[in-house]
Amino acid sequence: MAIVTDAAPGAPAQSDERGQRKRLGRRTPNFLGGLGGWVWLALIILPIYYVVITSLKNQAGFFGSNPLAPPTEPTLANYRTVLEADFVRYFANSVIVTLGSVIPATAVSFMAAYAMVRGHGRIIASANTLFLMGLAIPLQATIIPIYFMITRANLYDTLLALILPSIAFAIPISVLILSNFLRDVPRELFESMRLDGCSEFTMMWRLALPLVRPAVVTIAIYNALHVWNGFLFPLILTQSPDKRVLPLSLWAFQDEFTVNIPAVLAAVVLSTLPLVVLYALARRQLVSGLTAGFNK
Amino acid sequence: MSTILKPKPGMAVRGPRTEGPSAWMVVPALVFFLTFAVVPLLGVVFLSFTSWNGLGAISWAGLDSWQTALTDSVTLNALVVTAKIMVYSLVVQVPISLLLGVFTAGNQRYRALLAVLYFVPLLLSSAAVAIAFKALLDPNFGMGPGLGIPALAQNWLGNEDLVLFVVIFVIAWQFVPFHTLIYQGGVRQIPASFYEAAQIDGAGRVQQFIHITLPQLKYTIITSSTLMVLGSLAYFDLIFILTAGGPGYATRLLPLHMYLTGFRANDMGAASALGVILVVVGLVLALVLQRIGGKNRSASQLEGA
Repeated sequence: MAIVTDAAPGAPAQSDERGQRKRLGRRTPNFLGGLGGWVWLALIILPIYYVVITSLKNQAGFFGSNPLAPPTEPTLANYRTVLEADFVRYFANSVIVTLGSVIPATAVSFMAAYAMVRGHGRIIASANTLFLMGLAIPLQATIIPIYFMITRANLYDTLLALILPSIAFAIPISVLILSNFLRDVPRELFESMRLDGCSEFTMMWRLALPLVRPAVVTIAIYNALHVWNGFLFPLILTQSPDKRVLPLSLWAFQDEFTVNIPAVLAAVVLSTLPLVVLYALARRQLVSGLTAGFNK
Repeated sequence: MSTILKPKPGMAVRGPRTEGPSAWMVVPALVFFLTFAVVPLLGVVFLSFTSWNGLGAISWAGLDSWQTALTDSVTLNALVVTAKIMVYSLVVQVPISLLLGVFTAGNQRYRALLAVLYFVPLLLSSAAVAIAFKALLDPNFGMGPGLGIPALAQNWLGNEDLVLFVVIFVIAWQFVPFHTLIYQGGVRQIPASFYEAAQIDGAGRVQQFIHITLPQLKYTIITSSTLMVLGSLAYFDLIFILTAGGPGYATRLLPLHMYLTGFRANDMGAASALGVILVVVGLVLALVLQRIGGKNRSASQLEGA
């Protein structure tokens, strides 16, 4: 509890990290460390390599050739099979659910974090306590009541059923990380804006938001990753194929394509591609935001 | 809890000279969280005293569901499996991610490149990871025959003695990257002067690691371990797709047991009782880990999570 309200003592350490880092590596090369690093890379790459090359093999190639050898006649037929199996609809569903969850979750979390850092009062304090509790409790334990509520609200088998609890589950961690960053905004800036007669809402929108924009982007990507990859809510809250999201569709493809492993793996590749693109575009932001956010 | 939650009408009215935003800004987040997290949390306690098949009417059942859940030998087994996965995951993941974090904190170019690639498993959904490993571990068409090593051509997922370790490996594959990132950030916050002083004193690399890096990373280790422990109460999708809890009950951990009891065996009452157990275990572990983290550090690492 004190956590979100206390001034974070470690905060200023962040800015000088770069200067320190420069000197860390200036020693004799660490061969053992390097070896370990490359071995781990091999472990990371092997499954990914296997998935990609297998998705480019035809059935005969899959059963006939060495599983780790690249395909002799690469084919995109598996990707066509997947795309023809309503993949586009599942993709669209995932986009709707992800945007529908992440945008509101980030907005309400930012407002809450702002209020917690700048404001006081019992509502704010108890919200603080609640969100911290939410970090410690495995929220998966609540799937049965959530299923109950969603069915009673006649939302079962809708995309909204996935969006609503996803927003709630994203709030604790988002508020925590955003308030960690908001606390670093100097008080004097708010003070001078207040003297200029700005309302709190203007300060939040014009001052706080631009200053912590990197943290907001980090949180948005982090939440998007979770919602996009989420499996449990779609599993218990939707049923019909036209409401399927990508992770659930992968599971369904397994049954549908049975022995056509290359097609299943093509679906795996296609479902991950958007995140790879996102990572390529916003890697720095995501990684630096996460490392800072979790080390405060 | 509920006493604190009740918004008392007089509360919002604070002296006009009070600086800072009014409480309404926190209300949207609070409403979402109350409706879809706090209410379900209370709901799971309530439902654990009822009998419900998921479709029909809910009837009061007293302690029947608890009796069903607790006398089921599968529940005890699920607790043991959960504890094993938790402990083994810590034992495997903490050293690997700690070392990789220290490694990637170095400023060498190739290490920066490796750090970029290490992150990739985090982009994959658990469903994708499970499906990929299912194919990769296939004794006939997977990596065993691919590498030509007969020892790798095991029936990994069908062998009760092996499957738990396979699951732990796959979990590590998926989550070590994330913890590596946390450690990398932690290492970069250690002042370089510490290392310079140690070098002047003639400390070698290993000594520096033991006497500077490790103690300085104490809170990072606690943060990361807390996340791992609480995370192992949530591994559901990965194991559900990879093994479905089998063979037998060998990988049926608590969240999976809860799901299968509720949504496959249609006993929502007993499943809710298991949900309550899950919540209690999570809270107790979080508190214990926070205690280990040191009471005097009130800006505790749990919040750092």
